[in-house]
Amino acid sequence: MSALLRVEDLRVCFRMMGPLKALATGTKSPFIEAVCGVSFEIRKGETLALVGESGSGKSTIARTIIGLQRAVSGSISFDGQEIEELSGTERKPYLRRMAMVFQDHVGSLSPRLTVRSLLTEPFRIHGLKDRDVGGEAERLLRMVGLPADFARRYPHQLSGGQARRVGIARALALNPDLIIADEPTAGLDVSVQGEVLNLLARLQDELGMAILIITHNLNVVRHMTDRMAIMYLGRFIEVGSTERIFEHPRHPYTKALLAANPEPDPDAVLNRIELKGEVPSLMRRPSGCEFHTRCQYAQDICTRVFPEPSASPHDTGHSFRCHFPLERETVAPVQERLGSSVGPKPARARHGRAYALATAVGTRKARPSTEDGSLRKISPKTKK
Amino acid sequence: MPSVEASHSEANEGEGLGVLRSVVQQLRNNRLGVLGVALVIFVVASALFAPLIITHDPIRIMVGPRLAAPSLDFLLGTDQLGRDTFSRTIMGGRIPLLVAFASLGSALAVGLLLGLIAGIGPRWLDNLLLLVFDTKRSIPSIIFALAMIALLGPSLATLIFVIAIGSVPIYGRVVRTQTRALRNSEYIAAERSMGASTTRIVAVHVAPNVIGPLLILVSMDIPAVIAVEAGLSFLGMGVRPPTPDWGVILNDGYASINQSPWPVIAGGIPIVLATLGFTFLGEALRDIFDPKLRKDL
Amino acid sequence: MWFYFLKRIVLAVAIIMIAVTLLFFMIHAVPGDPAAILLGPRATPEMKAQLYEQMGLDKPLVVQIAIFFGGLLQGDLGYDVFSQRPVADIVFEQLPYTIELILVSISWAVAVAVPLGCYSAMRRNSVVNQVAGVLTIATIAIPSFVMAVYALLIFAVILRWLPAIGAGDGFWEGSIHLILPAFAIGIGWVGYISRLVRASMLEILGENHIRMARSFGISEWHIVAHYALPLAILPTVTILGVGIASLLSSAVFIEVVFARPGIGALIVDAVNTRNYPIVMGTVLVTSFLVVVATTLSDLVAAALDPRTRENL
Repeated sequence: MSALLRVEDLRVCFRMMGPLKALATGTKSPFIEAVCGVSFEIRKGETLALVGESGSGKSTIARTIIGLQRAVSGSISFDGQEIEELSGTERKPYLRRMAMVFQDHVGSLSPRLTVRSLLTEPFRIHGLKDRDVGGEAERLLRMVGLPADFARRYPHQLSGGQARRVGIARALALNPDLIIADEPTAGLDVSVQGEVLNLLARLQDELGMAILIITHNLNVVRHMTDRMAIMYLGRFIEVGSTERIFEHPRHPYTKALLAANPEPDPDAVLNRIELKGEVPSLMRRPSGCEFHTRCQYAQDICTRVFPEPSASPHDTGHSFRCHFPLERETVAPVQERLGSSVGPKPARARHGRAYALATAVGTRKARPSTEDGSLRKISPKTKK
Repeated sequence: MPSVEASHSEANEGEGLGVLRSVVQQLRNNRLGVLGVALVIFVVASALFAPLIITHDPIRIMVGPRLAAPSLDFLLGTDQLGRDTFSRTIMGGRIPLLVAFASLGSALAVGLLLGLIAGIGPRWLDNLLLLVFDTKRSIPSIIFALAMIALLGPSLATLIFVIAIGSVPIYGRVVRTQTRALRNSEYIAAERSMGASTTRIVAVHVAPNVIGPLLILVSMDIPAVIAVEAGLSFLGMGVRPPTPDWGVILNDGYASINQSPWPVIAGGIPIVLATLGFTFLGEALRDIFDPKLRKDL
Repeated sequence: MWFYFLKRIVLAVAIIMIAVTLLFFMIHAVPGDPAAILLGPRATPEMKAQLYEQMGLDKPLVVQIAIFFGGLLQGDLGYDVFSQRPVADIVFEQLPYTIELILVSISWAVAVAVPLGCYSAMRRNSVVNQVAGVLTIATIAIPSFVMAVYALLIFAVILRWLPAIGAGDGFWEGSIHLILPAFAIGIGWVGYISRLVRASMLEILGENHIRMARSFGISEWHIVAHYALPLAILPTVTILGVGIASLLSSAVFIEVVFARPGIGALIVDAVNTRNYPIVMGTVLVTSFLVVVATTLSDLVAAALDPRTRENL
């Protein structure tokens, strides 16, 4: 199958200080590499997750794809057409076919526009004046499960979950082929998180767009995505199918991340790998394997030689950067644990997935909100 | 003043009429604001309807005795040429108010434009404009105005031009800072991600958010501009005599200060009333719209 | 820290250079022969020829700017045809009077305003305080030249307590002649600074380290004077630097009203007689003063408070 979006060897840098200050403070390079040499592709209708700690460069990748950030090198092609080098008006037709849902749900809505204007903003931007604006706004609101009278509201009159729904509705306005969702659950109540994710999953089933999800919420990844990529200091350290990685993480960092995820099953045997120390600064990248400063398996070679990506012998789609990848035996308890908690997973039926999501995210985590009435009060309209 | 907080959130409801109503409501609760509004209405109305109010021809000399004290016929007395000070004062408000509104209006437009350009444009342009703004602000405003008047010759147009140029850097800087802040906001990124052009972003999403604080700033500058206009006319650098103008009237009074105190007393009053009125109003407006800026009194 | 200093000084130099360039182009933007403009209507052809050669007016603009800058670096502000003296001599002869006036005005204003601001911050809700608040706004609003004319009328013309015009000779005479002008300029600043001090004082008195000091039982006056004031004075330092521009502006009016010598009287006179070299020289010298003052106050503020260094 052909790739909808193909990113190759993408590098993005940020300037940390002016040239004058760099000269004055004796800094050799005033740039940091937020994303260095990342390659991946997303096929039509597929869901890919970018996972990593904050500052690992996942949001930067999203912003570069959508054109908010320039790449230093590398290519981004959408439906076979190189779009990285395009600027302004040339990029516009492609921006019509992809849309981003921003992390800051209220902040990404222009404060002086009504929801109706916000939702129909894409039509005006792309010169589709012939559409019935009122009707479209109503259709989009219905699609994301908000009442039609929301069209008259202003962003500050929306709750977090409602603003997120408006953001999703706007992203869907032009029926895009690709949706980039930057932390779709960030800053939302756990009960609302489940609703938003179910909404995304349902809409993907109905409309068939591909989704790139950026998150550090592994529950989201496990239940929504086909493939996942784990980022560390701007690089992919492990890529593969979600199922495979959750079962057999090969990179110690991946394993540590998975182990740090709260375990829904109280009876599960916890064998966590704790991450030592802090994420190194991008200004001073460690030598060799960049994870060696925090890796409990680090050997001498790890401090000197940068590991090349190697493919798993069992699965060519699964690759990782590690000199000493974890073997199956070491993860056996994890595997056992996963098997018990994710019942309907292997079936991967679309509706089954949505169901699993509701049980895993919605019901389990919704418990605190029943104890605290105020959590419910925030989004009475979405509780339908 | 808890009422300010409460109705400020009300003002955010977004309904235009509602905002206006709550502003009027709050102005009514602000004693100084009421006084300001009254003074401003008094000054502006008397300038607007000046021809109906005046009792004598403001330009004709010797309508009465020279340097007469106030009387029923000459409400504020007469000057050294025997002109009626009351009529001159009432007519003399037209030019300061015209200069204030014309110069601040054009300064607002130019400052907004330059500020938006600096804020949204490339870094070098931003730095260049900031440098020009800072340079302009380093030249003392009156001295700059005098230099420009020396080059262009004193006239009403020069006056408006010079005062407008004096205000542009301040407005430009404020707009620029706000625009920079907005430019990094997520909603601008969201607009851009949808393919919106820069022109559209600036016109629809930046300018409306910048113009509110700017208007308050401009309204607070009205008294200063009236003072500068009157001051320059006082120095003989504004409109030329015999045109009645507050600054000219004060200067006439100053010239005959040793013979009679009345012309100078009357000549200063309109300037004091106008600057006080607009200052009180501006302070009240700022308190209402920008509680963060409020300096507790 | 030193990097901030460096940046600030580079900025100051850049501003002065741009001001000079703008001024240069202002002369050239006016239609007509620049030599005629610079020399005024009463210039003889020989004078024009001399100036042409001196400023290189027949050479390209770039060369002219270079000559202009070169002259400035040597302290050459041009030549006044009327008095047959260098502009620099005339301007620097008048400058001390203006600086004296400004310094006396702002000094008494600060000396009165800072205690006033502290006091009103401590006694927030008294009636006296509210009245003072309104008076404060009023003194800021009323233009200094109106103040000056009224002060002149009351104290010099009607009461005859103080001399009306001139600067006076000798220290005693000079001081007496300074009272009314310094009052007229300073009164607005009293209102302005006391408001500023009061606002920042109120903010600081609410901070945790002050509450901490209070909990130790330290007296309120001691807290205000020793802990809060050094912080609350900071905005005033910054304002004073920027304020020199408006002080120079008011000095123009005050010097005219009280017929004092000084740079303001000089420029008004020069504008009236179309004496452009003097006008330009005054603009240059005052701008230079303002740039030096703002730079200094920024540096002092940066030295006192590290946070201000961040935003240049």
